[in-house]
Amino acid sequence: MIDNNIAWYVLFAPLIAAALIVVFTRRSKGLSSFLSCAAVLASFAGACLIFARKEDAAPALNWIEFPGLFVVPLGLVLDGLSRMMLVVVTGIGALIHIYSLGYMRNDEGKSRYFAALSLFMFAMLGIVLSNNFVMLFIFWELVGFTSYVLIGHWFDRDAAAEAAKKAFITNRIGDFGFMLGILMIWATTGSVVFANIAPRLSILTSNPGFLTAAALLIFCGAAGKSAQFPLHVWLPDAMEGPTPVSALIHAATMVAAGVYMLARVAFIIQLSPVALDVIVWIGTITAVMAALIATQQNDIKRILAYSTLSQLGYMVMAIGLSSSDAAIYHLFTHAFFKALLFLGAGSVIVALHHEQDIWEMGGLSRNLTITFVTFLVGALALMGCPPFSGFFSKDAILALAYEHNMPIFVLALGTAFLTAFYVTRLLVVVFLGHPRSHAARISRESPLVMTGPLIVLALLVIFGGSTFFTGQFVSVPPEHDVFEKVPLLAIGALVLGAGFAFALYRNRPREAFDIGFLRQKFYIDEIYSWLIDRTQELLARISAFFDRWIIDTAGVGGASGGTWGIGALLRFVQVGNLQAYSFFFGLGVVALIYFAVFR
Amino acid sequence: MIAWTIYVTFAGAILLLFLPRTSARWIALATTVAGFAISLLALSRMPIVDLATFKTIVRIPWVPMLGMEYHLAVDGISLTLALVTGLTAVSAVLFSWDVDHRQNEFFFWLLLVVGGSYGVFFSADLFLLFVFYELVIVPKYFLIAIWGSTNKEYGAMKLTLYSFFGGALVFIGIIAAYAATGSLNLYDLAQFQFSTQLQSWAFPVLFLGFAVLAGIWPLHTWAPTGHVAAPTAGSMLLAGIVMKLGAYGALRVAMNIFPQGFHMWSRYIAVFAVIGILYAAAVALRQRDLKFVIGYSSVSHMGFVLLGLATANALGVSGAVLQMFSHGVIGALLFAIAGTIYRRTHTRDLDTLSTMGLSRALPFAAFAFVIASAASMGIPGFSGFAAEITILIGTWKSYPMAVWITGAGMVLVAAFTLRALKKSFFDTAVSTNGGTTSVSSNASANALPPITIAEKWGAGLLMFATLAIGLYPRLLLDRIMPAVEAMRFLKQ
Repeated sequence: MIDNNIAWYVLFAPLIAAALIVVFTRRSKGLSSFLSCAAVLASFAGACLIFARKEDAAPALNWIEFPGLFVVPLGLVLDGLSRMMLVVVTGIGALIHIYSLGYMRNDEGKSRYFAALSLFMFAMLGIVLSNNFVMLFIFWELVGFTSYVLIGHWFDRDAAAEAAKKAFITNRIGDFGFMLGILMIWATTGSVVFANIAPRLSILTSNPGFLTAAALLIFCGAAGKSAQFPLHVWLPDAMEGPTPVSALIHAATMVAAGVYMLARVAFIIQLSPVALDVIVWIGTITAVMAALIATQQNDIKRILAYSTLSQLGYMVMAIGLSSSDAAIYHLFTHAFFKALLFLGAGSVIVALHHEQDIWEMGGLSRNLTITFVTFLVGALALMGCPPFSGFFSKDAILALAYEHNMPIFVLALGTAFLTAFYVTRLLVVVFLGHPRSHAARISRESPLVMTGPLIVLALLVIFGGSTFFTGQFVSVPPEHDVFEKVPLLAIGALVLGAGFAFALYRNRPREAFDIGFLRQKFYIDEIYSWLIDRTQELLARISAFFDRWIIDTAGVGGASGGTWGIGALLRFVQVGNLQAYSFFFGLGVVALIYFAVFR
Repeated sequence: MIAWTIYVTFAGAILLLFLPRTSARWIALATTVAGFAISLLALSRMPIVDLATFKTIVRIPWVPMLGMEYHLAVDGISLTLALVTGLTAVSAVLFSWDVDHRQNEFFFWLLLVVGGSYGVFFSADLFLLFVFYELVIVPKYFLIAIWGSTNKEYGAMKLTLYSFFGGALVFIGIIAAYAATGSLNLYDLAQFQFSTQLQSWAFPVLFLGFAVLAGIWPLHTWAPTGHVAAPTAGSMLLAGIVMKLGAYGALRVAMNIFPQGFHMWSRYIAVFAVIGILYAAAVALRQRDLKFVIGYSSVSHMGFVLLGLATANALGVSGAVLQMFSHGVIGALLFAIAGTIYRRTHTRDLDTLSTMGLSRALPFAAFAFVIASAASMGIPGFSGFAAEITILIGTWKSYPMAVWITGAGMVLVAAFTLRALKKSFFDTAVSTNGGTTSVSSNASANALPPITIAEKWGAGLLMFATLAIGLYPRLLLDRIMPAVEAMRFLKQ
């Protein structure tokens, strides 16, 4: 009995911590952060237990029940996929909680921060554990909201507040599509539970157009959360949030939720070839575009944000090539090395007193040795350098593309080259050469509470690539001999990109070349604000005008002005004289009697 | 038992006229708490089976010659609305704790609105329902005209004119029904087969009459103006209760006695509802006065109620009733916070508020406003989400197209809510760099009087309600759904 409920405890521990902080301990920052960390550690322990025991699904209760029409159970799914995600989410979550103790040490809103972080953990675990669409959607929205709160943590910075709003609204647009997709699936199969939809899929396949629409709408939700083109604009801006938040939410977990969801519903999406084609191209476009933009950014966190976009593009690409195994494999390795990179960046930022411009850094490898070494490990994994974990998972996707779709493979290889280029640029400019600012010269290594998680993550990245370790968590797609070409080409692209960047940026005091088009992110933000101005603002203006002048002035005012006599009479009646009102009642009664008697 | 909500409230109102002003607010509080407690008790005690039909609780002949009776009944729908009435009333009294101008009179009118509303929700006699319905309009006028603020005479007048206009339409509809059957009993009327020809014109008249008070587009403009002019408690009652009277009347009376007429017109109702949802959200995006933003958001949310009603299926209509509850609580909370800000800063202008850094001066209000905004945007865990998703699912069965358009409304709602939230609380003229934050330099904001205990309780009550129903909507849905299924207008 107790055993069956562990998953529930794992899910609810962070929520309880958040509630306790909000209600009781928000005045005591120390106690609040302790509660939050304790909850996530408890969840992690529970997740490990579930993982070790291969626990099965836990009991359910109905949240909404219209018998025969619409039933939403609160049920958990525990299969290989969700067990793996549980461990990853709680594990990385725990490390980032601990790191936050150091990073947010002196923050005024520390209690609020930890409450929101715990709430986020709850929502994220909910996504992982949901066994049906509606429950998934509930936690999906909750993740969006907590992400809003965390990005906007330093709300008195305008950029942070704007970024939070942008993230929320962009996600809303994706969620709207997601909801319609859910409704379409429900309307045809009559159920929202994944396990109950599977046997009824024949209803869907008989209508390919409908199926494609539903699959693409569901993908819309994933595109919002996983920041795929054209809904990617929020993720780089979200870097305005505290760095641990960027690491946890905008690198390792929340943005991976879209990919996780796609893997979870892959059995539906894979029925529609058209949808798969769209998905693979969206993924590829995102991967290439983000990598191109990353080569021209100067903010250390933004470079990492665009690399996240690019890597998410790889994962979506794998989904589109109908291999959720490869996607999840890359998600798994990416979660570790990207969390590591962000936390490393955070350590740099703290050491330089919140300086994020890479051209104000330089030569940091001398003062920040632990940070440098761990960052290097993460960077090598991101580039796809063997034997680090990123190499294997990226190789799996490249091999897949090579097998199924040549143009995609070429673009993916190009992205690998670009990745090596911008990552090397980042490494060289930040850590090598001479310090380019006073802050960089006098920087000191971060405390153990921050470097500790870095070391743990670095070890995971180094050893996590081996099939032995990873195979415990995800099913690694088999490697064939015919693909020997692929790893060779990938390593070639890596060497070329890294060498080129190294030659270009070594000992260079400022940017080597300037491509405005890339620096301005393809002007997509500008295009969007123009579009918003044309649509939403226009609608708002017209409606407001209509309300003020047509309905209120012409309609209401005209009616009262035109029938001024009646208006005046009514106004006269409404001076607040009770007798007048009772007179009106009397009239009504008389009319009633008249109708009753003389009808 | 549940009938005592009406008696207790009116008794409290009359008592207020005879007691000294020092005790006025305590009497008002005790009265509203009693009303709320009775409806809560009824919710926990009455078996769910008994709430499936509109079950008579009191029936006394009144004017037998005309078939008028003092006839009260209750089902899941009535009980749900009585509950939100009680909740809003208690909270409204708590947020009026510091009213010192003509205190007794203020609470007297307030209790009349509350008592009349209970009466409407439990009336099983059409004439009785109309009496209670009109009884609510008069005190509303005085509440706004005497204790209101911006442009109060205009707002009060506009609201009252609209209400009387709606009331006149309702009256015509009632006469039509009475003339055809000779009965005012809601049971009999709900069994009677009216001619199609009569239904085709009597339904829209009756429905529109009620829907005016529910803020149907394009007859909604009383709502923002009235809300802005009203005192805090007045806005809370308007959003929490009065707009529900219209929606309830449309459901219980218009739709239930003229089902064929309803089916003829339901498509048009859906169109108006969808326009209302989008349009009000778009207008809200352009407002500068915080209360106008909330006022238009009310219209947008009530659009969901009308959309749910127009679906004519069990899911949509049950969702609509749940949304009535949900909007009552959330709307009241939003107006309550707007009121507490206004009382301290004497402004509701968003641009002015944005320079004050209110989140530091009034942390509790900021917290409550974040919760209310989240609930209003339909974040899961709050009642709004449960209601809106149920409505949208019902709508999908009847008008899939409407769901597509309404989705755009979801985005707009998020846009204007976040804008208002940021401008009212989370904006400071002083920007900072780095991770550490600095305290706003605006001295006037730091000198604001803190949130009172009464306000904390009032806001806490509403926050708890929206959270409780959001986490477990079956608490109400299990009672609403059988009552909805017993109605005869449902399309299969």
